[in-house]
This record gives sequence, structure tokens and C-alpha cells, in this order.
Amino acid sequence: MFNYFLRRFGQSLLVLIAMSCLVFLGVFAIGNPIDLLVNPQADEIERVRTTAALGLDRPLYEQYLTFLKGAASGDLGRSFVFGVPALELILSKMPATIELAFFAMVIAVAIGIPLGLVAGLRPDGLIGRGIMAFSIVGFSLPTFWVGLVLIMFFAVQLGWLPSNGRGETTLLFGMPVSFLSWDGLSHLLLPALNLALFKLSLLIRLTRAQVREAVLQDYVKFARAKGLSHGRVIGVHILKNIMIPIVTVIGLEFGSVIAFAIVTESIFAWPGTGKLLIDSINQLDRPVIVAYLMVIVTLFIAINFMVDLVYSLLDPRVRLGQSSGGGR
Amino acid sequence: MLGLRPTSQPSAKMATYVQTPFGRFCREFAESRLALLGLAVLVGVMVVALAAPLLAPQNPYDLAQLDVLDGKLAPGEQSMGGKTYLLGTDDQGRDMLSGIFYGLRISLSVGVMSTLFALGLGLAFGMVAAYFGGWVDTIIMRIVDIQLSFPSILIALILLAVFGQGVDKVIIALVAVQWAYYARTVRAAALVERQKEYVEAAKVLALSKPRIVFRHMLPNCLPPLIVVATVQVAHAISLEATLSFLGLGMPITEPSLGLLISNGFTYLMSGKYWISFYPGLALLITIVAINLVADQLRDVLNPRLKK
Repeated sequence: MFNYFLRRFGQSLLVLIAMSCLVFLGVFAIGNPIDLLVNPQADEIERVRTTAALGLDRPLYEQYLTFLKGAASGDLGRSFVFGVPALELILSKMPATIELAFFAMVIAVAIGIPLGLVAGLRPDGLIGRGIMAFSIVGFSLPTFWVGLVLIMFFAVQLGWLPSNGRGETTLLFGMPVSFLSWDGLSHLLLPALNLALFKLSLLIRLTRAQVREAVLQDYVKFARAKGLSHGRVIGVHILKNIMIPIVTVIGLEFGSVIAFAIVTESIFAWPGTGKLLIDSINQLDRPVIVAYLMVIVTLFIAINFMVDLVYSLLDPRVRLGQSSGGGR
Repeated sequence: MLGLRPTSQPSAKMATYVQTPFGRFCREFAESRLALLGLAVLVGVMVVALAAPLLAPQNPYDLAQLDVLDGKLAPGEQSMGGKTYLLGTDDQGRDMLSGIFYGLRISLSVGVMSTLFALGLGLAFGMVAAYFGGWVDTIIMRIVDIQLSFPSILIALILLAVFGQGVDKVIIALVAVQWAYYARTVRAAALVERQKEYVEAAKVLALSKPRIVFRHMLPNCLPPLIVVATVQVAHAISLEATLSFLGLGMPITEPSLGLLISNGFTYLMSGKYWISFYPGLALLITIVAINLVADQLRDVLNPRLKK
């Protein structure tokens, strides 16, 4: 177990360094930010001074080494546009993204698992097939178009919910959150629903497939034969056994929800990290792009790692570290 | 294939029992009416995309045919010149129906082309990994694992941020995102096939390695690949639309459906829904049709579900 932990940690570090190299080289190949940052009327001296101040006059490998040295001590460079540390900028936007992703996940779980359960218990019934049809559509719909339709319907036609911004925020443990006030909650609802739809469809399919397999198992037949109530068989016996893969997928999907939040945040003008990334790409704010990617990559590696650990704790049949090493 | 059929006047009854593999495939596919509907819609969409210049009421990119005074007309509303536009017009007086037909053309071709390139690349890497094994396999599959642990939208976004806009760049980004799926699928299928007796028989016959890999193993690895490729075409189209919507995909000179939707987003708030809504509907219909076909293909081509 400890060996596995160590090897996995080493691998993660290697991935992180490789990614930083790729991202750094890639991002620094695009455009010349000086053109955007310096007033076009500025003279050559001013341009040279700004270039030197931003460290852009030095050779690329030196810039990369400086970046790595800084990154090791938590400094990912300064935003060209805002003039503040890039990491600070991203972390200041992070609560908004996390809140959005978390709420989307809550919606997906709260609706997806019950619907999947129903569809799995009655796969050939009208309701079961209806739920599956819904999930196919939900799977097919591009996130951004769902966002547009939600805005069109709830914000423009009905005028029930606001379509952009975050609304009023309240501090919870020092983190600004929206869901504690009615105004904030109403701003949160549409983007969260938009982000949830894809995961909702995924959870329906997954739960349905798991339930269909589980109802055929002997332990379910035995529980029925014992005369247990229908509700108890479903709620305790089936649900408990199908939870392991579902929890895994929920964990793994959390990272992808944060990535897909880029789209949702752009549509609903939600002031999170995704919108920051798109803005930074458009403004060639390289340090912020690099810092965002480093944060996301770290987050992904951490999530994958944690899911593996939780999985081995939940399911005693899983032995970590045995099947790794290319043979899979 | 025809060798399976009895040569002496097959009765109608016989013909239904003795069928070519392709015939059986068609019959099993047709068992789902929903899939047939999807296929019909898909064929319709493709015809529209291919014949867009013939079917569209106007050429939406010929400025001479546009009248700015006809801008932002609602669907069915009559213009000053007495023309009616079935799905309305955009801000420049462009007929939305024609715009959608031309947009479908661009969206579909980008989706299909990127899928084909990715298929070729993934096929090559997957086969190499499965056939050579050892450290080649380990390296290729590690890269695949790492890449697949990141969401495709993130990777595509980064690549386009680096490359900039353009059709070729969008296709490169989509290929880079997709190849790993094929590599993994092909490798898994090829590892199973390698154990089978016909491969051994081919080896005993002293056939060359490339011949065994490409003539014997490859055709048997195709079914799962076809399923993945169908799903991936839909995925690629949707991804391209998303990237174009975010302003990082197709250039303004190649207005795909995503770009049309993005263009209409500005007017959505003022209730002019049709500029965004109908291109989105066309996108949705295309993707759902492909997914319906893919779902049925998966069931038909999955040997584990064979009765």
C-alpha cells in the first residue's frame, strides 16, 4: 500500500513536470503579448523596458527555469493584464467555480440516481423507456446550446431567473458563496442546471445498467425469498451494492465538471476560473493561462488519486498496485 | 460471401435462414425502429449538407444576394421586398435556412474528417502497441491513459489557444483529442484477436507479419472501432460547435453551426431567439440521429449480446 502510494506520487510528479513543460512551451509560442500590452504609440525604449520588466527578453529555457523555480515555491508568475500574482487571481475565482460544480453535481445525483433506479427496475416499461430517451437527448445536447435554451426560456421569455452574474454573495467560512441568499440562489440555479444535465444523463445510464445487473443476482433473489419488503430490497440490498461504481464515477466526473464549467461560465457570465481562462486566452495573458492549467492538472491528478484510494477502501476486493505497469 | 448461398434455386424460406453476414447485420439493425428513424434522419441531413447549394433558397455568403434591410426578421415575417424567410434572418439579412444548410456542410465535414484522421492515427498506434508489446506498448498506453484522464474540451481548448483559429487547426485539435480512444479500442481488440486460432494458423502458414496484422487481425478488430467512430463523429461535431461558440474554433469565413449560434447569442437577450435557436436545433437533430444509430450499432456488433 505504501509502496503503491510512493510510486503513484512519483508518477504524478512526473506528469506534472511534463505537462508544465508542454503547456509552457505551447502557450509561449502564441502571439506577442507586448503588442497588446504596450500602448501602440509608445516608443521603442518603452517597449524594450516593458519586455525586460516582464522577463520576455530572456531565452525560452531560462524563462522556463525561472517559472519552475517559482512554481516550486507556489509562485506561478504575475498576470500581464491585472498585475497581480496569477495563482492568487485563479484562487480568488476558484470558490465561484467550485460552488457551481458542486451544485451541478448535487443536482445530477439527486435526480439522476432515482431516475436511473426506476429505469433499471422497469427497463421495458413506458416510464423506463421515457427516462432512457431523456438521457439520450441529454447526452447529445451540447452544453452551450442547453445554456442558450435555458436563458431563452427562463430568463427572456418567462423572466423568472437572472441569466448572468453571481448575484449577492455571503461569506461562509471565509469563502464567498451564492446559495445562502435568495438572490444568489436564483443566479446559481440556471448555470448549475445547465452544467448538471450531461452528468445527470450519465448517472441515469450508469445507475440503470448497474441496477439491471444487480436485480439478477442471487442475493437479491434471496432477500426477496426471505420476504423482505420491496422497498428494503431496493433501498438496502441493491442500492448499497451498486454504490461503489457510482461513487467512483461521481468522484472522477467532478474534475470534468470543473472543465466543462468553462463553457457554462462563459454563457452565464459566471465570474469563475473558466471565464477567466477564456478571457486570458483572448488577451494573451500567458501567466494566467499557464497557472490555470497547472492548477487544473494538479486538481485532476489529486482527484484520480483520491478516487483510487477511496475505491480500495470501499471495495475490499480491489488490491492497489498489483495490476499497474502496462499489462492492463 | 455468396458461396454460403445454396446454388440450386433457393426458396424464399431458405433465403431468410441462410444469409450473408452483411444481410444478418442489416436485419438485426432494422430490429429497432428508433435506430431506423435515426438512420433516415441522418441520411436526410447528409443529403442536405451535400446538396446545400442546390437546396438553399439563397447563397448566404454572396453579399449581392443579401439585403441589410431584411435583417433580424422573425420566421415567416414578410420583408419590405415581399420576400418571406421560413426561419427568419440574422443581423445582416441572411436567410437562416440557407445559413443552416451551409453550416451543416461545414460542421459535418469537419466532424467526419477529424474522425477519419484520428481513426487512422489511433489504428496505427493501437496496432503497434498490441503487436509489439513490451516497452512500446507501455509508453503508448501510458500516454493514452494520461490523455484520457483529462476532459477532451480542455485539451482542445489549450491546443486552439496555442494554434489560433482556422479549419486545419480545429481538425488537428479534434484529431489530437480523439486518437487515444481509437488506440485504446484497437489495442484491446487486437490483444483478444492475437490469442485466437486463426492467427496461429496464419503464423503456421508462415505468412508475413504485416499480412497477419493487416489482412487477418485488422478486419476482426473493426466492429468495436466502427461503434467508437460513430459516437466520436457526434462528439467531434458537438466539440467543434462548442469551440466555435467560445470564439476559439472556426474562423468567421467558415461559419459552422456553432458560429451561427454564437452570432445569435448577442440577440438572444432581446427576444430574437431564431438566430441561435434553429442552428442549434439542426445541430441537435444531427447529433441525436448519429447517437441513435451508434446505440443500435453497439448492440448489433457486440458479440456478447449475440443470441
